[in-house]
This record gives sequence, C-alpha cells and structure tokens, in this order.
Amino acid sequence: MKYVDEYRDAALARRLAQAIAGTVTRPWTLMEICGGQTHSLLRHGIDQMLPEDVTLLHGPGCPVCVTPAAVIDQAIAIAGAPGVTLCSFGDMLRVPGDAGSLLSARARGGDVRMVYSPLDAVALAQARPDRQVVFLAVGFETTAPATAMAVLQAERAGLDNFSLLVSHVLVPPAIEALLSAPDARVQGFLAAGHVCTVMGTGEYEPIARRYRVPIVVTGFEPLDLLQGILSCLRQLEAGRAEVENEYGRSVRPGGNQPAQAAIRQVFAIEPRDWRGMGEIAASGLGLAPVYARFDARNRFGATDPAPPRASPCISGDILRGRRKPVACPAFGTSCTPEHPLGATMVSSEGACAAYYRYRRAAAA
Amino acid sequence: MSGAVCPVPATDAERIELGHGGGGALMHRLIEGLFRPAFGETGPEPAHDGAVLPAAGGRLAFTTDSFVVTPLEFPGGDIGALAVIGTVNDLAMCGAQPLYLSAGFILEEGLEIALLRRIAASMGQAAAAAGVRLVTGDTKVVERGKGDGLYITTAGVGSVGPGTAIGPQFVRAGDVVLLSGDVGRHGIAIMAAREGLGFKTAIESDMACLAPTVRALAEAGVALHCLRDLTRGGLATSLVEIATGAGLTIRIDEAAVTVSDAVRGACEVLGLDPWYVANEGRLVACVPEADADRALAILRAQPGGAAAAMIGRVGPAAGHGQALAEAIGGARVLDMLSGEQLPRIC
Repeated sequence: MKYVDEYRDAALARRLAQAIAGTVTRPWTLMEICGGQTHSLLRHGIDQMLPEDVTLLHGPGCPVCVTPAAVIDQAIAIAGAPGVTLCSFGDMLRVPGDAGSLLSARARGGDVRMVYSPLDAVALAQARPDRQVVFLAVGFETTAPATAMAVLQAERAGLDNFSLLVSHVLVPPAIEALLSAPDARVQGFLAAGHVCTVMGTGEYEPIARRYRVPIVVTGFEPLDLLQGILSCLRQLEAGRAEVENEYGRSVRPGGNQPAQAAIRQVFAIEPRDWRGMGEIAASGLGLAPVYARFDARNRFGATDPAPPRASPCISGDILRGRRKPVACPAFGTSCTPEHPLGATMVSSEGACAAYYRYRRAAAA
Repeated sequence: MSGAVCPVPATDAERIELGHGGGGALMHRLIEGLFRPAFGETGPEPAHDGAVLPAAGGRLAFTTDSFVVTPLEFPGGDIGALAVIGTVNDLAMCGAQPLYLSAGFILEEGLEIALLRRIAASMGQAAAAAGVRLVTGDTKVVERGKGDGLYITTAGVGSVGPGTAIGPQFVRAGDVVLLSGDVGRHGIAIMAAREGLGFKTAIESDMACLAPTVRALAEAGVALHCLRDLTRGGLATSLVEIATGAGLTIRIDEAAVTVSDAVRGACEVLGLDPWYVANEGRLVACVPEADADRALAILRAQPGGAAAAMIGRVGPAAGHGQALAEAIGGARVLDMLSGEQLPRIC
C-alpha cells in the first residue's frame, strides 16, 4: 500500500539502526511526544533496535490519557440528563473518570454514541431536533480543526440543540512544562508529525532555542521513527539544538493555514488541567466567548468533581517521562486493560497499554 | 390448532407484528408460508421445538451461534447466510461433516416481510450449498425498539469420522501454521456499511463456507491438528487461543499474512489492527510440516484462497503458551483485546 509499505521496509530499517549505532557515543534520552508513535515503536520493535545508550521516554501525547477525570465525569453527568445524546470518539468512551466511564453511563441508560468526526455529531443534531446533542471534544491540534468546523457548521445551520464539552490541549506548552520541571531528563524530542501538519513547525523554534533541545518533527511508520531518532541523535552529538522536519511528505513549515484560521476563530487559549500532570498555563483550547452559547457547561451547568480515589497508578510520572510502565507495581497485575487503574492503560495510544500489549511477556 | 386463539387478525401482513411470535395462527403461517418453503427439504420427521434425527452411528458434533449483525444485508452477504455459514464453519472446525442446523429467530415488530423473505431464501441457498439441512427452529417477536430488526440463533450437528482429533491440545512443536486467505474483510465491510462511517469502500465480506475446504484437506490425508475460523477477534485472537490451548509458542511471520490494500487503508484511517478484525470465511490450520505443501495447494485452490499462505511455525513452550509476531525490530506478543476495537482519536 502506497505511503505505508515503503516506510516499513525491514532492510532499510536495519540500515538506519546501524547508522544510529554508529552515531551514538554516549547516553542520550529522547522523548516521542505522541502516543501513536509510542505504539508504533513498540509494535514494530523499533525500541529493541536501538543501542543501550539511547533511552526513549514516552510523552503525554495521548489525548484520552490527559483528559482530566473531572471532564469525563461532567460528560457522564450530561449524558444522564433527559433528552441528551452525548457523542465522542470511540477511544474516549472507555476511559474511567472518577464516576465510571461513558460506556458504563450508556449501560445505565444514557444515550452515548461513538462518532468518527465532530461533524457527525452536528449531522445528528440536525436530524434529531428533539434531542440535545453534545459532543465531548478532546485531542490535540490534530482534532481541534474538526471541532472548530463543527462549531462553525452548527452556527451556520442555526442549531440550538448542539453543544460541546471542550477539553482540547496544545503540545508546545506541555513540552515547555516537561523541560522546565526541576527533574527534566529529556534531551531531545520527536515532535508529532500530524500536529505539525496542522500547526507547522514555527512554534517549536523558540522552545528549541530557549531550552537548547533538538526537536525533530517525526512521522509514525518504522522508518519515520528511526529517521527521526537518527536526526535527533546527530544533533545531540554535534551539539546542535534545532527544529528539523523529517516528515516532509506531510508537514509544511507554515502548516495548514485554513485549519489554523478555524482554530483561531472558534477557540480561545486557556489554562488546562492535564490528567497526571496538573494545570499547565495556556495549554488548552476552550470555546471563544463569542461561541459561548455552544458551551455545554453553560447549557447544562458545571458539576462538582468527584473526590479522587487513592490509587497506586503512576500514570502522572509516565506521562511526564519520569518512569516507564513496567516500573509500576500495578502494571499487569492489578492494572490491566480489562481493569485499568489509569488512562494510560485504557487508551489505544496509552504507553501502559502499548507495553501491556506488546511487551507483557518480556516484562513478566 | 383451531379457532382464533391469536388476538391479531390472521391476515397476510406486510410487516411482522407481535402476534407473529404469539405461537398462534400468524406464527404458524409464518413458518409454513415463509420459512419452510424457503428452507426446502426438512428433517425426516415433522419438527416442533426439537428435531428427532437418525442415529449417526459415530460421534456427533453440535454447535450453536447467535447472529446480531447490523446492517442485516451487507456487501458480500446477509445475516441469514451468515447464520448458516457461521454454524457450518464451527462444525467444520471440529472436523465434522455438517449435517443439520436449527434456526432461532428473534424478529422486531415492524420488520419488513420482504426483507425477511430475502434473508430466509439466502439461508436456504447457503444451507443447500453447504450440504446441510435446516431441520428445526423457533420464532419470537419483540416490540419495536427492542431488537435490531432480526436476530438469528443457529445450532448445528455434524458427524465426526473415526480418527479425527482436532484441537489445540493436538498441536505439536514443529507444526506449521497455514492461513486460508487475506484477513479483515468481513469486519471492515460491516463497518463501512453501517451508517455514519462516512467512507465508501468496495470491500465485500469474505463470508464463505469452509466445510469443503476442510473436507478436501482431510480427503488428501493432511493431518489436521487444529483448525480455527477467524471470526470475532480475528486472526490474532485465534492464534492466541491456539497457542494458550496448546501450551506452545507460535511464531508468525508478519509479512506472510495478506491484508488487502482496501482493508489496510480502512484500518489505517480508523486506527484498527486488521489482525483483530472479524472474518467469516477464513481459517488457520496447524498441520505437520510434511503435509504443509499439500495442504497449502488445496487451500490455494479454494475459491478466494489465492492468498493462502504458510504464516508461521509452532515451537516449544516458553513458560506458558503464547503467540508472537515477528516485526521489523523483534518479536511482539499477540494478545486478545479486552473488548471491541474502538477507532482511535487521531
């Protein structure tokens, strides 16, 4: 299949791995931002091809994992209101908040539906004027444009039965939060190729300069990842700290301008609580005041967050790259995909789920 | 039965009504006027809730399965053919010659009779093609909104010849693992046909009766140690089940498993792993290496079997049984999914 097979060539992968081994002269710690990259690394065994001196830490780029439990609990409360149809992405339905998951809300009788796009939720609202359709909007800069388009479509259609519970997050402030932590260990980043496809590469330049870290925009296939790792290590070995684009087949320096315009029009930047990481300033996108009438919080009222439960889960440390999933005493024992204690075990992009799925035997 | 015991007027309705499940005239008419003609020849004795069948003389295989697929008609098949083929395939996986099937129907009030007629005809055709008879059944009607139009439960029996010993416990280290074709088509065809997916594809279900395949393998003298059809949970789940049941390690060469470009494309877009997507006409077989070439030639000669391949080998146990897939950088453990695969966010 075009655009896939050529990036999964085993012989080329081995050649890149050799180049990496020939580049490294001392220990380096890199972080891949995106959960999709984490899964690809583990699924294809890329991490096993790297020299021991190279440590990969897995970043917070899993939208399901970083969505605060309070937001999920609010979505569950809204889903239980009469006449409401709550929609979100499939992945999001399984994640537990402190009051259960959206799937359990559905089992209790709530009308909870999986959609593939926010625009499907708009279409549902148009088709069902008797229902209040609420879209739980999560994700990074990748999904934000689709959410923005949904708002603009709903406005154009004059819909008064469509609203959104918005918890979008932004990558650059999270990178800065990781780098400015006193125990920061990450020396180079693989930036998420799809995020940069939307946003371009410009916003990473000041971060690379200020913190003296190379940031390599990287794709998701095995060769993409190996090439991104190689470029990052070459920079580190040469003492450079630049933004480099290794996902040129998708990423333009300026990004996708219409998508950015839609984001700017519909959203306002706000502080955001990240699950496991706490509040990060200017790291979230909420509905701009002019679109406040589409805010589900205004329509249904805010809920009091349930008191957090005591848990041995270390997903906060995992999302910050402090520890690896196998370091958790609960990993694979009291915490499994069937009985997850934290979102990193639930989401198909979560680091714990990736280790459980691909490395369980090795870890046991 | 005589008199108006059923409160619903016994007219030729265009739609299923609650009375069709009442056990009265309407249901009788449904069975005699719709199901029985569609099914063709039934058992040797008049059947009611159960059928009395001739003694088989040897061992019997018996299986049952419920079918709740939406949409009821999908590219490459429908729920009726699926309900027959699914159960026939379950019998074939036991190494049985499928003989008799039962069919239980849960109809939703309001279902179009014309659709039910098409599905019944499809069942009759699938049964005739598979060489099985639909010998008994059951019909219930649920209120509108309480079902997805139509649910079917089938049960089947088949005869098992002497010397047949098929199951994970008969898998041996040194066996090879054969796959009968490309994987993932049924699940993706169903997803694409469902409302709201928003993409069009020409993917058709791989639905196919596997009994002739198994018969051909057995008649050629292939020692069938284990057979699995790759339905819910797909290829990966079946491999994990065989490996754990056998207590051995199965190593799969990822590159040997064929996934069509259309299925791969859909899976890439949706964030699904085609190895976990359901099939309805694919099997894996564990056979001794000495029989591998012969078996593979038979698999490739079956309709839709061009992509049949040897995909892996069975090795000694490493602790407990497990299935591994050889990837670019090393082996990864195959695992059963905790639930349905859900499309990812980005």
